[in-house]
Amino acid sequence: MTALVLVEHDRIKPLPATLAAVTAAARLGGEVHLLVAGSGCRPVAEAAAKVAGVTKVLLADDARYAEPLAEPLAALLVGLAKGYAALLAPATTFGKNVMPRVAALLDVAQISDIVAVVGADTFVRPIYAGNALVTVKSTDAIKIVTVRATAFEPAKAEGGAAPIEATATATDPGLARFVGRQEAKTERPELTSARVIVSGGRGMGSGANFKLIEAVADKLGAAVGASRAAVDAGFVPNDLQVGQTGKIVAPDLYLAVGISGAIQHLAGMKDSKVIAAINKDEEAPIFQVADYGLVADLFQALPELAAELSK
Amino acid sequence: MKVLVAVKRVVDFNVKVRVKADGTGVDTANVKFSMNPFDEIAVEEALRQKEAGKVTEVVAVSLGVAQCQETIRTALAMGADRGIHVQTETELQPLAVAKLLKALADKEQPGLIILGKQAIDDDANQTGQMLAALLGWGQGTFASKLVLADGRATVTREVDGGLETVDLALPAVVTTDLRLNEPRYASLPNIMKARKKPIETLAPADLGVDVAPRLITVKVDEPTKRKSGVKVKSVAELVDKLRNEAKVIP
Repeated sequence: MTALVLVEHDRIKPLPATLAAVTAAARLGGEVHLLVAGSGCRPVAEAAAKVAGVTKVLLADDARYAEPLAEPLAALLVGLAKGYAALLAPATTFGKNVMPRVAALLDVAQISDIVAVVGADTFVRPIYAGNALVTVKSTDAIKIVTVRATAFEPAKAEGGAAPIEATATATDPGLARFVGRQEAKTERPELTSARVIVSGGRGMGSGANFKLIEAVADKLGAAVGASRAAVDAGFVPNDLQVGQTGKIVAPDLYLAVGISGAIQHLAGMKDSKVIAAINKDEEAPIFQVADYGLVADLFQALPELAAELSK
Repeated sequence: MKVLVAVKRVVDFNVKVRVKADGTGVDTANVKFSMNPFDEIAVEEALRQKEAGKVTEVVAVSLGVAQCQETIRTALAMGADRGIHVQTETELQPLAVAKLLKALADKEQPGLIILGKQAIDDDANQTGQMLAALLGWGQGTFASKLVLADGRATVTREVDGGLETVDLALPAVVTTDLRLNEPRYASLPNIMKARKKPIETLAPADLGVDVAPRLITVKVDEPTKRKSGVKVKSVAELVDKLRNEAKVIP
């Protein structure tokens, strides 16, 4: 009963969401192996081998895995699936893209976005934007699972000493070609792994006003987020969107500014350790989930907050 | 080129669903159903490609209970040419849906299949990827831009931390993200016209597909509710609480 976790990496090390998937894999009760696929990604395998609780790292180092295309990665995983009780990946856009393809090729169901492991074949996952939690039992011989990173503590990046084994590669079906990537440029931490997030909503009024949010975020070393309303209004790009249709986050502190608290936004941040909200409407639903609420005009409160944090 | 678009009937996104007291599911009696919002974007994209002269026919497909016909009619009113309804009362999980759509694709031979990236009821985000795998086609998931030219599809994808572009040989599967387009409303004359457009009805057995669920629902629970906290009077008090009570900022 061994589980294999597909590693999402930045060519240097596994990303934090993968470490959370390792924790979920360990809860299945057996050994945990990691699969590192990439081109020139030996350093990733070496970092993966140190992850606590991992007993083996498979390394598929080949030009065909230079970019994270679903088609060749799925073919690789299908070739390795035999002998594993479960294949897991983080429920990031990377894992969501690859794993259903693997599941279909193996003729099994996928259990998406799990938030708890009940047993080796039983998992809890959110449905209806997190308004309900379903416990499902898989009847398939092999479990294909994606893991919601915010629901599991990341495995420790140090402490393990797993052997690294080069693995046979699979033929690239040649269906897709990678053209390019436009990374959102930011000096700030990534939303899904930030310890503090400051988010703005429609109440910000314009994209230019987000500099008030950024000033506070800079003081806190925080990531900047936004509600769907702010994205739809064109204030900020979509990769800042927190919510059911954007990113799911769970920082230590989530500061929501000018965000009313629509169901779809709450679905993306309600697992934050502490939620603070600033809104001029004291009836705003955000206050029903906020640990600390301040009814105030954000255009006064944000500069004041930045000043207070400098003290 | 023909395009298949898959449209799912789901509980309307404005409805706050409630978990049934016996924990067997969510209460869907007497609630409003609509087309899955991501699928509306899929229909819109197919129509825009047709209007741009890249596509000749748009076929809307829905799978499930008799009322899925209404969802197909919505797609026809937006401008799709005809509909196919695979009717069944069985709960259809993503793998079964992918198999049914594969069987329809074998029959219809489309050059492109567009689906929403996920349905807002089960939030699985699987069907498009599974369908691409079963057909042996390339996939462009979470698309924010689609360009069709010279028998290929260039798809810009919304990924964590930015955008990624892939180039796919056609036929291919594309799944839609929010920013691909803004779906149109059906006009009254088009709603009237849609009534006359043909919808073919089939059963899963006609397509030779076993749709038995692979995942068993053990129970459905309400998530634990967050308690609302305290109101603070000033920014200074907020900072003090975050520093000294919650201890989440230095």
